[in-house]
Amino acid sequence: MTEATFVEAVNRALAHAMREDERVIVLGEDVAEGGPYLVTAGLADEFGRGRVRNTPISEGAVCGVAVGAAQSGLKPVVEIMFIDFITLALDQLVNQAAKAHFMSGGQLNVPLVVRTQGGSGQRNGAQHSQSLEAWLTHVPGLKVVMPSGAADAAGLLLSAIADPNPVVFVENKSLYFRKEAVADPPEPIPLGQSQTLRDGKDVTIVALSRLVEDAMQAAETLANESGIEAEVIDPRTLVPLDLDTLAKSLRRTGRGIIAHEAVTAGGFGAELAAQLQAAAFDYLEAPIQRIGAPYTPVPVSPPLEDAYRPGAADIVQAAKTAMDWGL
Amino acid sequence: MTQPPAPDAETARELLRAMWRIRLFEERVAQLKRTLVVHGLIHLSIGGEGVAAAVCGQLRDDDAVYSGHRAHGHAIAKGAPVDRVMAELMGRVDGLCQGVGGSMHLVDKKHGFMGATGVVGGNLPLALGTALAHHLQSRDQVSVVFFGDGAVQAGHFNETVNLAALWRLPLIFVCENNGFAEFTSREEHSTIERVSDVVAPYGFERETVSGSDVPAVYEAFGRFLREARKGEGPFLLECLTYRRRGHYEGDQQKYRDAAAEQEWAQRDPVTRFIDFLIGDEVIDERTAAAIEREVAQEIEDAVRFARDSPFPDPTITAELVYAK
Repeated sequence: MTEATFVEAVNRALAHAMREDERVIVLGEDVAEGGPYLVTAGLADEFGRGRVRNTPISEGAVCGVAVGAAQSGLKPVVEIMFIDFITLALDQLVNQAAKAHFMSGGQLNVPLVVRTQGGSGQRNGAQHSQSLEAWLTHVPGLKVVMPSGAADAAGLLLSAIADPNPVVFVENKSLYFRKEAVADPPEPIPLGQSQTLRDGKDVTIVALSRLVEDAMQAAETLANESGIEAEVIDPRTLVPLDLDTLAKSLRRTGRGIIAHEAVTAGGFGAELAAQLQAAAFDYLEAPIQRIGAPYTPVPVSPPLEDAYRPGAADIVQAAKTAMDWGL
Repeated sequence: MTQPPAPDAETARELLRAMWRIRLFEERVAQLKRTLVVHGLIHLSIGGEGVAAAVCGQLRDDDAVYSGHRAHGHAIAKGAPVDRVMAELMGRVDGLCQGVGGSMHLVDKKHGFMGATGVVGGNLPLALGTALAHHLQSRDQVSVVFFGDGAVQAGHFNETVNLAALWRLPLIFVCENNGFAEFTSREEHSTIERVSDVVAPYGFERETVSGSDVPAVYEAFGRFLREARKGEGPFLLECLTYRRRGHYEGDQQKYRDAAAEQEWAQRDPVTRFIDFLIGDEVIDERTAAAIEREVAQEIEDAVRFARDSPFPDPTITAELVYAK
């Protein structure tokens, strides 16, 4: 175990996977130079520019190349610099990668990872700050991973690379420089296993990505100020989803909060809420509360963006609403 | 330009057999579509058989071919068994893809037919990805992608051509310029008449030939293939063809020009190739007729095979979403 930022942990996992398996290649804009956040720094020096390939600004073709390479024996890891640009690659992800195994009657496999990052907080505005993961969860055939910290990012990335299916690995730029202990080399964490970070009897908080840390802060506040004990669960992967663990917790607490950074409307929280109410309806003391961003694009002006971003205070408020329901 | 040499007799017979196989398969599919025995949008390649045969006939099973929505001919020429292609079009369990893929999504990995795609232009980068895999794993396989002139105006085309040229990968682009992008003629889609001119600035080898002239397609593609086999690339071969049927079966074809149709009927690649072979005394009329007869029987057997194949169990739909 050594301390590493999220960026360093992802870099460590990529280097480890490339050392272990020469079929693993990295493709994307500026990846041989390390990329804007230095996630791929040093990889070209160690593995050469054949396996760490800079690409032109051609997200569609680059994703398509990765799908074709994956169908033909390689294990590509593509970087889409901002999730906002995944819009340009959706034909390849949605129509090709997600369906190749299915449409071929099982003849083709697409062991592909698309790494990308989303989220607001850096005054980058409406085209570099979105959280679009819900779109991807809507497409059968894709897997969607959203790590909340450095150690999880490294472990989940190794499993994503080993998976025979296309996996979209959604990082959050606000987490990139937070440090924690990360195994070296990292250990794989299976896709589809949630992690319960805090036990509690009163309310279940299901938080994604950046909101996990906010949920932990909210749980401390609730315990200290109101004597409310919140259970905090990070699903880690949206597809496949560890519904059992979430539903068990909700049946015990009777109150559920779902928190993510994406726009609430049509966000993955809507799907989670629907699945959870069906699994725990008879145990619910209050409607499941959803925390997310308002139904607007992300603004640049600092006070506006700060107000836009969901966080710990919203979770505390939602928990109190749930606790007071019916009083 | 000197006339390219005739293929040897055995090669010629196999090319002719492949062309008849596509022609008679497609004609049978047109009938079966009218009675809804085959399903979904059906795009036939009647008029383009020569290109499929002359290109795929020179490839090995471990060479990759990608195609688009008009894919039956390419799959068959690459070695996909006609009975299993027919069963796939009928949605049967013995289809190439267990009946879940259908006409626009044929795949026969064993024969290197890596896939048709229904989204125009979407196959181009996939084929380049396969060429990249060949290159990085130091294999001598070649990747070939068929596409129509309509795909050239799609963003994927320029992105892929640029990457292929930049990385110099062993990919051969084969454009079947059949004069129509869906219902609209090329001059309404682009100011550039020849697809080979579109890629000119990239500096790689390119050529335009008549797709009805099988020896010409065979010779030009063979030349590119020998280079690609050594790891060179990319190359672009543009074959001028004519789509004898509608964009899809059921297309009313109000856009069609009767004079052009008549002109192209006289340039039919199958009859033209037979005339060429008989004229050059490569094969005789009896041999040509025997090949047609044998293939006709093969297609009828394929229809019977496909009709006898059961529909798949509905549980396979969910089972096929993720690879285990």
